[in-house]
Amino acid sequence: MSEEIKTFTISVYTENTIGLLNRISAIFQRRHINIESLTTSQSEIENVNRFVIVVNMTETQAKKIVGQIEKQVEVIRAYYHTDHETIFTESCMFKIKSDLLFEEPQIQNIIKESDTRIVTVNKEFFVLEKSGRRHEIEALRRDLNAYGIMQFVRSGRIAVTKDEMKITELLSEFKNQ
Amino acid sequence: MNTETKEANKTATTKTERITGCEAIIRCLIAEGVDILYGYPGGAIMPVYDELFKYQGKIHHVLTRHEQGAAHAAQGYARISGKVGVAMATSGPGATNLITGIADAQIDSTPIVCITGQVPSHLLGSDAFQETDIVGISTPVTKWNHQITKAEDIPEVIAKAFYIAKSGRPGPVLIDITKDAQFQEFDFAYEKCTGVRSYKPVPKTDITALKAAAELINNAKKPMIVWGQGIILGEAEEELKAVIEKTGVPAAWTILGASAIPTSHPLNVGMVGMHGNYAPNKLTNECDVLIAIGMRFDDRVTGDLRTYAKQAKVIHFDIDPAEIDKNVKTDVAVLGDAKESLALLLNEVNANSHEDWLQEFKKLYEVEYEKVIKADLLPEKEGLTMGEVLKEINTQTEGNAAIVSDVGQHQMIACRYAEFNKTKSNITSGGLGTMGFALPAAIGAKMAAPEREVVAIIGDGGYQMNIQELGTIFQQEVPVKIVVLNNEFLGMVRQWQQLFFDKRYASTEMTNPDFVTIAKGYHIDARRVTKREELADAVKEMIASKSSYFLEVCVEKEDNVFPMIPAGASVSDIRLS
Repeated sequence: MSEEIKTFTISVYTENTIGLLNRISAIFQRRHINIESLTTSQSEIENVNRFVIVVNMTETQAKKIVGQIEKQVEVIRAYYHTDHETIFTESCMFKIKSDLLFEEPQIQNIIKESDTRIVTVNKEFFVLEKSGRRHEIEALRRDLNAYGIMQFVRSGRIAVTKDEMKITELLSEFKNQ
Repeated sequence: MNTETKEANKTATTKTERITGCEAIIRCLIAEGVDILYGYPGGAIMPVYDELFKYQGKIHHVLTRHEQGAAHAAQGYARISGKVGVAMATSGPGATNLITGIADAQIDSTPIVCITGQVPSHLLGSDAFQETDIVGISTPVTKWNHQITKAEDIPEVIAKAFYIAKSGRPGPVLIDITKDAQFQEFDFAYEKCTGVRSYKPVPKTDITALKAAAELINNAKKPMIVWGQGIILGEAEEELKAVIEKTGVPAAWTILGASAIPTSHPLNVGMVGMHGNYAPNKLTNECDVLIAIGMRFDDRVTGDLRTYAKQAKVIHFDIDPAEIDKNVKTDVAVLGDAKESLALLLNEVNANSHEDWLQEFKKLYEVEYEKVIKADLLPEKEGLTMGEVLKEINTQTEGNAAIVSDVGQHQMIACRYAEFNKTKSNITSGGLGTMGFALPAAIGAKMAAPEREVVAIIGDGGYQMNIQELGTIFQQEVPVKIVVLNNEFLGMVRQWQQLFFDKRYASTEMTNPDFVTIAKGYHIDARRVTKREELADAVKEMIASKSSYFLEVCVEKEDNVFPMIPAGASVSDIRLS
C-alpha cells in the first residue's frame, strides 16, 4: 500500500444522531490528522446522513481510519477514495461593493468568463456564487481580490463516487441479520 | 438471533404501565438481569436513588467511596462473570470520576453500562451547578453513549446500551439522563434489544480465509499461537484447547488472555510481551506461522514492529475488522467469533505434533528458569521477593484463586507466576495500565463470584490510589483477600529510572503509612510479614479467613522484573538481566 501522502475523500454513511460528528472527528484528532474539510448532509436514503471528509494522508492511514470510523455503532459504512475515483466540487460566495460593478468594468468580464452567478445586487453590495474545483475558485478569488472583497466564503468538498456504494443493500442486510 | 434473546423477547413486558423515568431505569436494570450495581449518589441522580431505596431486595446497590471505585468494581464484576457490570453516578464530578474506569473498560473490551444523572434539560449548556458535558467527555472512551432528556426514551436506550456493551467486541456504554426525564411519568414497557441498524457486532466467519489459515497451519514446521482476551470474551476456551491439542502447536498468551488455558497445560508456553516469558518472545521471531487469536498486537506485546515476526506468515483471528493490519500486516485474516471460527478450524487442521519445536521452548524456559525464575521463586537472599509470595499463594489456593492485580512490578510478577486452573481468573488493567484498579475491581469480582477465592495483589503505590474502597469492603462485608507487596517505591517507574535514567529516582520513593493499622481501622483483619519464615503461615491464615483479610508483605526495595523487552526494542532483544 502506498506510503505517499495523497488527498482522500472519506465518505461515511451514518444514522442521524447527536454527537456522532464528535465521535468521528475524534478519530482524526487521536491520530493528529488535520481535517481539510468536512460536510454532512442528508444522503440519497431517507434518515441516512452522509459525511464527506477530505484529508491528506497515506493510504495505509486512510484504511485504518476508515476501519475505526466504521466500527462506531451508528456508522453504517465508511469508504475512502482518491480524487480519480470521485466527482467532486466546492462552492463559494463573494460579497463585493456594488459601486465596483460600475466603476470597474473588468469585474463584469471576470464574472462572465468564470461562469460565476450573481445571487443578488443592491445599492451597497452584490453577491456572487460559484461552484467548481478548488483551483477555479482560487483563481476567481485572486482576480476579484484586486478590486476588494467584502466577504469570501468557501464550502467544503462535496463528492459522489464513480463506484456504487450499495448502502440500501447493506441496510437490508442489517435488517435481516 | 440466538435462542436466549428469543426467550427474553417472549418474556418481555408488552403491556404498558404508567411510571416515572427513574422507576423505569430500575425496572430496565432488573429486566436486564442486573443484581448488583456500584455507585455514588448526588443531586442529579437522586430520584433514581430514591427508587433504589424502594427496590431494595430486588437489586443491590453498593455504595463505593469514590465513583472511580464504582467503575472499576463494575469492571471486576464483568470480567469474572462475563455479564455486564453497572456503575451509577451523579452529574459533574460524579460523572467525570467514572472516566478512568470507562477508558480502562474501553481499551480492555469490558462490558459495562454507566448511568449518570444530568442537570434538568432546560439548564443544559448553561454551566449549571454540577453540569459537565459527560457525553462529550466520554465519547472517545466509550463504545457508545447517549443522553436522554425524555422519560419515554429510557427503555429503548437502556436496552440498546446493554446490547451494545455485551455484543461483538464488548465495551463501555454511558447513558446520561437529565433530572427532569427521571421525574417524568410515561407509559412503560420493556423489550430487550436484539439488533441495531448500522451495527454489525459479529462478522461472519469467512470459510475461504479459514481454509487458507488451516493450510498454513498444516504445512507449518514451527507454528506458534498467541491468544488474547478474545478467547475469554468469546468463551472459546474449549475450542482453543481442542485446536492446540490436535495440532500440537505451542501456545502463548497476552496478559489479558491469561487463564483461558490452564497454566499447567503442556502446550502452554507462557506470556508474550514486555515482561513475558523468554521463550515465546524470542521464538516469535523464529516461528514460521504466527497464529494470533483474539489479540490486538499491542505495542507492549510486539516491541519494535519493524522487527516483529518478519519471517513468519501471520494469521489473525479477530472479531473486530479494525484490528486487522492495524499494527501487524497479516497474511490471512479470519474475521468472526472466536468460538465459531475455532470450532470450524478444528475440522480443517490435521492432527500433528511439533516435538522438536516445543523442545526449543523448553530449552529457553530452562535458561529463563536459571537466570530469573529460580531467584524469584526460591530466593537465597535475605529480602522477600514478590515471586515467592505468588508461589505461596499458588500453593495455598492450589491455583484456584482469581487473581486481581493492579499495575506495575507486582502485576507483572502476578501475571508471570500465578497459576490458573480456571478461566476468567486473571483480572488486571492491561491496556490502560490503571493504578488503583485492583482494590475496587476485586470487590466487584468477589461479589459477582462469591464462591471463588479472590485475591487482590497490589503495590504500595496503586493501593493508595483507591485505598478508600476499604470502606466499601467493610460496609458490604466483602470477603476479599488483599495482598500489598510493599517495596516503598513506585517499583516499575523506579526500575526504569535505574535502567534508563541512571538511577535518578525522581519522585518514586514512598514514605508509607502503617497499612495494617489502616486496615484495622476499617475492622479488616490484617497482618504484616517482613520475614520469609512468617510468609507461609500468614498466607495460610489469609486464605483460611472467611472474611476480608489484609496482608502486607514487605519485599526487597530495589528488585527488578525480568525478562524485559526495553520499550521500542525488538522481541529478540529481550533481556534476562
